[in-house]
Amino acid sequence: MAGSGKAHLRPSSDPILSVEDLVVEFKAAGRESIKAVSGISFDLIRGETLAVVGESGCGKSTLGKAILRLIPSSGGSVSFEGRDLLALPDDELRQMRPAMQMIFQDPVSSLDPRFSVARLVEEPLAIWARGTVEERSKRVDELLEAVGLDAHLVRDRKPYEFSGGQCQRISIARSLALEPMLLVCDEPVSALDVSVQAQILNLLQDMKERYGLTMVFISHDLAVVKAVSTRIMVMYLGKVCEVAGPDTIYAQPRHHYTHALVSSIPLPDPNAPRVRTAIEGEPPSPANPPSGCRFRTRCPAATDECAVEEPQLTEVAPGHFVACHHPR
Amino acid sequence: MRGVDIDVQAASSMGIVGESGSGKTVMCRAAMGLLRGGNVRSSGSVVFDGDEIGNLPSADVRKYFGTGMAMIFQDPMTALNPVRRIGSQLAESLVIRLGMNKKAARDRAAELLALVRIPDPEATLRKFPGQLSGGMRQRVVIATAIACKPKLLFADEPTTALDVTVQAQILELLSDLRRDLNMAMALVTHDLGVVANHTDYVTVLYAGLVVEQAPTTKLFTSMRMPYTEALLKSIPRLDQPSGGRMPMIGGRLPDPTNPEPGCPFAPRCPYVQDRCRSEVPPLTTAADGHVYRCFYPIGGHG
Repeated sequence: MAGSGKAHLRPSSDPILSVEDLVVEFKAAGRESIKAVSGISFDLIRGETLAVVGESGCGKSTLGKAILRLIPSSGGSVSFEGRDLLALPDDELRQMRPAMQMIFQDPVSSLDPRFSVARLVEEPLAIWARGTVEERSKRVDELLEAVGLDAHLVRDRKPYEFSGGQCQRISIARSLALEPMLLVCDEPVSALDVSVQAQILNLLQDMKERYGLTMVFISHDLAVVKAVSTRIMVMYLGKVCEVAGPDTIYAQPRHHYTHALVSSIPLPDPNAPRVRTAIEGEPPSPANPPSGCRFRTRCPAATDECAVEEPQLTEVAPGHFVACHHPR
Repeated sequence: MRGVDIDVQAASSMGIVGESGSGKTVMCRAAMGLLRGGNVRSSGSVVFDGDEIGNLPSADVRKYFGTGMAMIFQDPMTALNPVRRIGSQLAESLVIRLGMNKKAARDRAAELLALVRIPDPEATLRKFPGQLSGGMRQRVVIATAIACKPKLLFADEPTTALDVTVQAQILELLSDLRRDLNMAMALVTHDLGVVANHTDYVTVLYAGLVVEQAPTTKLFTSMRMPYTEALLKSIPRLDQPSGGRMPMIGGRLPDPTNPEPGCPFAPRCPYVQDRCRSEVPPLTTAADGHVYRCFYPIGGHG
């Protein structure tokens, strides 16, 4: 998958975010550079949740940061509300910031340990001078209640007094303070217990409905993503493999990599037919990616063609796009 | 931990399941005699291979490490010494425990790396941990743990820090090694999905108590404990329709410093009754050997 192509874009449906041919490079030892994101395109329609799925090192977190311009990109365009974020001067970009927020994987380290909960949630409002002190304080209480915390109990406490799940609730309250349109969640539940995961996923769904959010949800866990997403994009080594709706992608994964991901998920059922390891080895180094299709070195269906020609995203069924020469 | 009884039979595999703070890691460490010190109070007994080791001084317990018991930790990044080559870390226990000379230990180390399916073991021996991926590092940690052919392997969340594809590989590897080396394993995890296919028995812990214990197949087909049911339901499933709300367990574990009377799961239990709030249910063993701790088990007593 190493696929490129833009067959899956929907310019006619007025996307809120449209990313084309995005490239993010990091300098490596010597003069080498590593393309963590290698020509990715996707778009997001208002109210949608796009899940970005892949193994460690596939570039999904880099992609999340690059679309918010938290790290520099070396090519392509990111159009948010019709404006190209990558080309905006710094002061104009800053004016756009309240509309796009991010939630990080580690809820404990993403909160300043010296701040009280009230100050953490109020900080974005204070920075943007929204309302008076009293109005802000009232808004902080509303936000804390919205994420399921008892405002009066938690306001004056510090992050270390809370569990991981509660810290993630505080992070969510903080990210919603400025009423963003776009929320990028980078592995928001990976550090949490299974039981708490479900609570946070439900909370994100509630917040999405309540505040009309559009979300990018980055995760390595396909099962988690299924519950929350409206569209799933599978990434491998900086490229897109497959794009489809959540139900399609699980029922009929057409890409061999997606299939391997789906069958690697441990099923809580001892009588389920046991699949031997669906995929061997680990992804090759992005510093020196395979020619043609980047997945071919681990793919059970690879042929000579895959080494020569990079597959392009093609529509195999309505709304289902695969970048593979030999789809399943 | 409050009065936990767990038996791991020779060459069998026991899954130990619970949320963060349920006491699963504490249990493993206590069983291995790693919990010592002024602020630890413990009672009860730990019998390994017929020997009572619960009350032995640390130095004597240590003799069981490597050849008797070994442990795999959750975080493969911190379990290895970052400034020593893989080869020297692996050879260490072979020299100390098995009295091998350096040459023999090095050869055996290469064999061990091959056994855990690391490609090019000779080159890996010369590498530092930082040059390996998380999955490869966890394979090295497994190789160190099985170096002296232990009879019992504790695996404490061995795949939690890994990608799902690598997790599947590591779980297969552990199952194969267990069979080939005729080794017992205690697999500690918060994920019921992980134990379903890789264990013979499962123990579910909650707030430091055993709440259910049964052969794996029986546990999944006829679970008795409401907590186990809630835990199973909260796992995101591929066969659930997307977009809906996920079943979840409200609330959280009770505060261990301030235990309330009654069943510790009562505040979160969907089937709670008055009696549950005042009395801690005793551990009950059904006629079929299924052990649970509930006044009103799913499917009734029997």
